[in-house]
Amino acid sequence: MEAIQTMADMAARSEKPDVLFWVGCAGSFDDRAKKITRSFAELLQKAGVSFAVLGQEESCTGDPAKRAGNEFLFQMQAAMNIQTLNAYEVKRVVTTCPHCFNTLKNEYPELGGNYEVLHHTQFLQKLLDEGKLKVEGGAFKGRKVTFHDPCYLGRANDEFEAPRSVLRDLEADLVEMKRCKNRGFCCGAGGAQMFKEAEKGNKEVNIERTEEALDTGAEIVAVGCPFCTTMMTDGVKNKEEEARVKVYDVSELLNESTRS
Amino acid sequence: METINMIEIACFVLALGTAVFFFQKNAGRIRRNIQLGRDVDRSDRASERWKIMGRVALGQSKMVARPVAGFFHILIYAGFLLINIEVLEIFIDGLLGTHRIFSGPLGGLYTAAIDFFELLSVGVILACLVFLWRRNVQRIKRFHTAEMKGWPTKDAQLILYVELVLMGALLMMNAAESQMEGSPAGPFVISQYLGFVFKGWSQDALHIAERGFWWLHLIGILAFLNYLPFSKHFHIILSFPNVWYSKLDSKGSMGNMASVKEEVEKMMDPNADPFAAPAEGAAEPERFGAKDVFDLHRVQLMNAYTCTECGRCTSVCPAHETGKKLSPRKIMMDVRDRLDEVGKNIDKNGDFEDDGLSLLDDRISREELWACTSCNACVEACPVAIDPLSIILEMRRYLVMEESAAPQELNLMMTNVENNGAPWQFAQADRLNWAQD
Ligand code: SF4
Ligand code: SF4
Repeated sequence: MEAIQTMADMAARSEKPDVLFWVGCAGSFDDRAKKITRSFAELLQKAGVSFAVLGQEESCTGDPAKRAGNEFLFQMQAAMNIQTLNAYEVKRVVTTCPHCFNTLKNEYPELGGNYEVLHHTQFLQKLLDEGKLKVEGGAFKGRKVTFHDPCYLGRANDEFEAPRSVLRDLEADLVEMKRCKNRGFCCGAGGAQMFKEAEKGNKEVNIERTEEALDTGAEIVAVGCPFCTTMMTDGVKNKEEEARVKVYDVSELLNESTRS
Repeated sequence: METINMIEIACFVLALGTAVFFFQKNAGRIRRNIQLGRDVDRSDRASERWKIMGRVALGQSKMVARPVAGFFHILIYAGFLLINIEVLEIFIDGLLGTHRIFSGPLGGLYTAAIDFFELLSVGVILACLVFLWRRNVQRIKRFHTAEMKGWPTKDAQLILYVELVLMGALLMMNAAESQMEGSPAGPFVISQYLGFVFKGWSQDALHIAERGFWWLHLIGILAFLNYLPFSKHFHIILSFPNVWYSKLDSKGSMGNMASVKEEVEKMMDPNADPFAAPAEGAAEPERFGAKDVFDLHRVQLMNAYTCTECGRCTSVCPAHETGKKLSPRKIMMDVRDRLDEVGKNIDKNGDFEDDGLSLLDDRISREELWACTSCNACVEACPVAIDPLSIILEMRRYLVMEESAAPQELNLMMTNVENNGAPWQFAQADRLNWAQD
């Protein structure tokens, strides 16, 4: 990976990138998610996209606080982030986290933050369609892959096609789970559940979902969210299937199959 | 006009008048209860709203996500809508003392129309039987969860039986007429085969039978009308406005609280005086979030009265499916039951008198609220555009902002966001480490 530019670096040279890569907290701090962040950054570099990150100037969008019920904390975070984004005159944002994506896209505008916001799978689909990224090697050709829809990309924002289109470009054998697309089943992490123990029940949500993914016979569970990644990976481990089944972000699969 | 005819007209007017009087009274009560909620502006994007209403309420587009239930529901629904044309004739006949007033002007078309209604009523009967089968023999899981015990289950059954009686009365009325001489209508495509029941009856007896079923059908309809405000069946009326007023923004958008926005703006404004006293005569600040039905907005309260208790939401809820206490259908039923309770309180006392109860804790437990993943599956599944999630989140807002009563782990997460700008305890300075290692 080449050096990553921050908005501050670029501003110091009076430059502006075409797009801001919003990394998100999981993408910045969680070891598994950091790999996804790097994959996506590498893809952007391969495609020759002019991009930058906020680095230390980025802060939580406030999504988990908002969904936990703390509107104050959310709006404080939003106001801070919007101030930063607007100061850099950001127009386009791309992010690997559907929760950041949803918040930036749907909740920031009313608070003064108006940007074109894309999920990384949408961005990657565009790069592939425009020929800026080319699939080579066919590492996943014919391999059975199932895609787990993140609630905040799919149902919440009606994007079911972009990640699947990328997977089709990889010539993977895309198989659907019983509950998919607008009827997709949550991984169990949303609404701030990621940060707490689940209430009493007879099963964990991620186990239920993992079983469904395993039922498809897929060897790869493709995801598009750092939290889904954690939940599904834990689920596969719990089912002791980690030798046979792997959980990857769509960008990781694409990064494996493209050369610069 | 014969006296007997005059008496019949008088009875009809009396029955209709009573039914309409009580219906508007009870429907008015529901209307008043809904208006106890907070104001919400959902009058924007009207043309889009009409379209959605046409598609989801009139066109039943979401019902067919489950094809079997969807198909038979559409059958009942179409039957209900179209047979109402015949009910119009019944009303006019009742008022004027005429018999099948449309038969003259419509001629052959009338026979065709009546035949069509007969076929529809057979369809409705079939659908009701299928639904009774699904509830009682097949015992589909979503009809038998905890919140369905008792009245809700009886309510659903009762409606199906009443529909059977109504359709039966319609067919038997025609069957009697099929045996009468000089009838302006017929032959009846279905009920002529039921005419054997009346074989050998005198013309007078047939006439009485026909009148009897006519009255049974009419009284049935009026009784049903008055049953609606006490039943989940009120959805046949409310689903239309409910869909019209539904949220049009992306499902993921939770909405920003305007009151908080003002506060935050003041805090961020370097020129604002942080110690300024609130303006003289400023309204008492609204409670943050929802503890009781008064804190919900009107569309949320209308949602509660629209709920059909179908359980589609609950059957797709990841929390419910994994054995947690949360059931989005129960959330809707709890809101409605609490609102009914509040309404009765007002009926009795003129104004609401504090009863020491609330939606939170007395009906909806904290455990239920914290089990939600905000996945929107319930919202997507609801055939009448109800949004249980918005109520859950509004109640969480109350818990956190008024009571600081979040689960301990969430408090920790929020402290981290506040101090480190991330939900975990990492240093802001390490944000870009991923680019180095
Ligand atoms: S949003 Fe909450 S209540 Fe609705 S289905 Fe998902 S977890 Fe259940
Ligand atoms: S909220 Fe909607 S889906 Fe759930 S029970 Fe009521 S009508 Fe059915």
